[in-house]
Amino acid sequence: MSLNRRDFLKVGAASGGGLLLSVALSGCESAPEDDKSWAGDDFIPAAWIRISSDNAITFYIDRSEMGQGVSTSLPMLLAEELDVVLETVNVEFAPAHPRFDSPRLFMMMTGGSTSIAESFLPMRRAGATARLLLINAAAQRWGLDSSACTTNKGRVMHPDGQQSFHYGELASLASTLSVDENKVKLKLPSEYHYIGKPIPRLDNEIKVNGRAGFGIDQDLPGLLVGVVIRSPWFGGFVSSYDAENAKVMGGVQGVVPISSGIAVVADSYWQAREATKSVIIEWDKASFSGANEGDLRAEMQALAGEKGSKLLDIGDFEGSFSSADKTLAASYRVPYLAHATMEPMNCTARVQKDHCDIWVPTQAQSSAQALAAGICGFKLEQVAVHTTFLGGGFGRRAKQDFVVEAVETSKALGKPVKIIWSREDDMQHDYYRPPAVSVLKAGLDSNGFPQAWFHKMVNTSVVADSLEGGLLAGMFPGWVPYSLKDLGGDLGAKLVRNTNEPISTEGGVDIPYSIPHQRVERVKFNFPVPLGFWRSVGHSHTAFMIESFIDELAHLAEQDPFQYRLRLLKNKPRHSAVLERAAALAGWGAQVPAGRARGVAQHSSFGSYVAQVAEVSVDKSGGLRVHKVACAIDCGQVVNPDIVVAQMESAIIFGLTAALKGEITIENGGVKQSNFHDYPLLRIDEVPEIEVSIIDSTEMPSGAGEPGTPPIAPAVANAFFALSGKRVRELPLSSEVLGS
Amino acid sequence: MVTFTLNGEQVALQIDPETPLLWALREQLKSTGTKFGCGKGLCGACTVHINGSAMRSCITPVSSINGMAVTTIEGLSESNSNPLQQAWIAENVPQCGYCQSGQIMSAAALLMKNPNPDDEEINRAMSGNLCRCGTYPRIRRAIHRAAKNAASLESAQNVRADSHGKMTP
Ligand code: FES
Ligand code: FES
Repeated sequence: MSLNRRDFLKVGAASGGGLLLSVALSGCESAPEDDKSWAGDDFIPAAWIRISSDNAITFYIDRSEMGQGVSTSLPMLLAEELDVVLETVNVEFAPAHPRFDSPRLFMMMTGGSTSIAESFLPMRRAGATARLLLINAAAQRWGLDSSACTTNKGRVMHPDGQQSFHYGELASLASTLSVDENKVKLKLPSEYHYIGKPIPRLDNEIKVNGRAGFGIDQDLPGLLVGVVIRSPWFGGFVSSYDAENAKVMGGVQGVVPISSGIAVVADSYWQAREATKSVIIEWDKASFSGANEGDLRAEMQALAGEKGSKLLDIGDFEGSFSSADKTLAASYRVPYLAHATMEPMNCTARVQKDHCDIWVPTQAQSSAQALAAGICGFKLEQVAVHTTFLGGGFGRRAKQDFVVEAVETSKALGKPVKIIWSREDDMQHDYYRPPAVSVLKAGLDSNGFPQAWFHKMVNTSVVADSLEGGLLAGMFPGWVPYSLKDLGGDLGAKLVRNTNEPISTEGGVDIPYSIPHQRVERVKFNFPVPLGFWRSVGHSHTAFMIESFIDELAHLAEQDPFQYRLRLLKNKPRHSAVLERAAALAGWGAQVPAGRARGVAQHSSFGSYVAQVAEVSVDKSGGLRVHKVACAIDCGQVVNPDIVVAQMESAIIFGLTAALKGEITIENGGVKQSNFHDYPLLRIDEVPEIEVSIIDSTEMPSGAGEPGTPPIAPAVANAFFALSGKRVRELPLSSEVLGS
Repeated sequence: MVTFTLNGEQVALQIDPETPLLWALREQLKSTGTKFGCGKGLCGACTVHINGSAMRSCITPVSSINGMAVTTIEGLSESNSNPLQQAWIAENVPQCGYCQSGQIMSAAALLMKNPNPDDEEINRAMSGNLCRCGTYPRIRRAIHRAAKNAASLESAQNVRADSHGKMTP
């Protein structure tokens, strides 16, 4: 089969593998005509690569750089097969366009630890195809058979070893050629030059001198800065407001009602922030305005007593449980959590008569584009999304509420506006990791191994909430009117709420332990607190519950928790391998320093396998200290091992912050916490020594950004049990909880 | 009118004297390397040097620094030649990178006073700088590395503040 440029793109995009979300939409639009401004005379063999005749090589990275390293690891894939020197390539963030849609997420989006897994083959094929086209172009120029030519670091080499063309010289000819797909060969692992090597991050330089451009740093001629006053309780809206005093304050350029509240716009942030104090707003008393944490907890506790809908039923749980040698039942709970990215939410929008530009740190370019187009009454092509560096994402920036605010405000004023959130705005108007309660029961045989397993999950649907928030908007073809997309989102949300979408229960249904009789149920609740994807999503709570309870069973059976798990994972080689590696790394079984104890947990998520051993003690004030964490990960073929290690360190510290400190509570229908004094993050003096070992693998790459988070909370709680004999079944593991 | 030196250059601002230095730097002076994280002195993202000491610019009204010398990340070194920047790169410290200006400025203030800090001293100097990406283990390694490199390059590499408060390697 011969491929022209556009076909190639489709082939590339279709080869990413399975679906993450099982929300499939038919009638996907075909790739639009490449516009001239995009292509020009340059050689663009795939959407990610542009080679100009002046030999400038640009890689367009279609995933957001939020710290996870895609602006290094994805260029490595392209450079590997294109045969260019990584340091000579320009790396840019790709504009929002269907040509960059993720094959698993159906839109341009960064999430679900999919970037490397999805790009590994398509990007390498793109590089290899481009290289072959350049070889063919050179062969044609020399009147040779292309098999006689080869490449070396950005040049096609003549067989005489003397003559060569740099890629730029071949760009315009190459762009007229096509290539036989069967002739495109990817490198063998033994030929890798970049893949598998700890290549330094390409964004290091600009991140140590303050020059990396984050969304909040965006500037434009005549740019105004806006801050938004939002409802103190969820679901509230403005009944009336008086901004007369604010409007006459220094620098204030306008006060406009927008869908999320009142936007106060001034020449500078400080002026806008000061002016908000003079705006008087009457908020509608939404029904939720009286809700408090205690009410929500009581409701969840009551729901835990109800029968759930069945997610899994294998063997005969009741029979096996009632004839068990020993039984155990326990109930666990985790709270709401905030993302707290270091860069508060922000977006810059410039709405003009027939065009809208958005500069935004976003994880979801398609949604941003579709929402902006809807607000402006534009076609998608009239909205340009310029992705900046993200000062953290962790799932928060998959939601586009800040884009809506900026576009609405810019449209209302007819001027470019940057909306900047304060930390308080960020903490109190997040899309939270929802709370969850689990009821677990198990029956052990006379050898102490579980025969019967029951797990009832009381939780809520993150996906439904996201659909209502316009996430889906980016999934529809451009020709679908905005109102229909909206309807699609709401319908989708209703459907999802009433079914058992897998995200909120992920990790809880198909546990790897071999237990013959299992029943898993789910009970749903719905509170009007906005929910979002929080690093590892459902796994962030199911791992804590399951890995704590397995630990309880090991102790009930009077067996070593590591050996006990290993035995139950007999037929799971990848799970067992990480478990054994982490145990070896931690010196499991060897003497622990006085006053300390170790705990272990394993959990697989996003296609990867992780096990961790934590070593803890309790300090004089009764607080938990985590001294060491040993971590083993199997994420298939590794592209950049140092970035994987960094992601494990990051995910462990993120998970540990939640395990030891993280808690958002509801007060009067809103969030009680407001800044880092009452939603503290782990600090440098509280961080354990972390050792990471990566399993050597040639399996297809799987996720690395999230899988390190789930096991840390149970590893620490299990270590605390080993130390104190006290089982803690709720997070965070604060001194009050530990001491109670 | 508020006047001070920014990375060695004299600046004069017509500005509400209550404006935090952070926003004067970012918006009036277009010096955006210094970041906004909390606005309450709780995260360290906005750390700059004022007369050689690490300060949180988000809670420092511009009026209070009249006549003083301010150094920001942009003034540390143009070419990443500062031993801390070198060490940060060598240890692959940055992830999202948002907190790193503040981290490096706090670390620079530490090394000025204490060219060879131990882990406890690093903890004390750096615990006010949050990093949501969890780059702390690498920050610690990078500070040790910078201290070692600076020491091994002897006097030429001594981190100090010159008369304008500008960091010179
Ligand atoms: S922004 Fe100044 S300490 Fe956080
Ligand atoms: S590198 Fe992201 S907050 Fe520190």
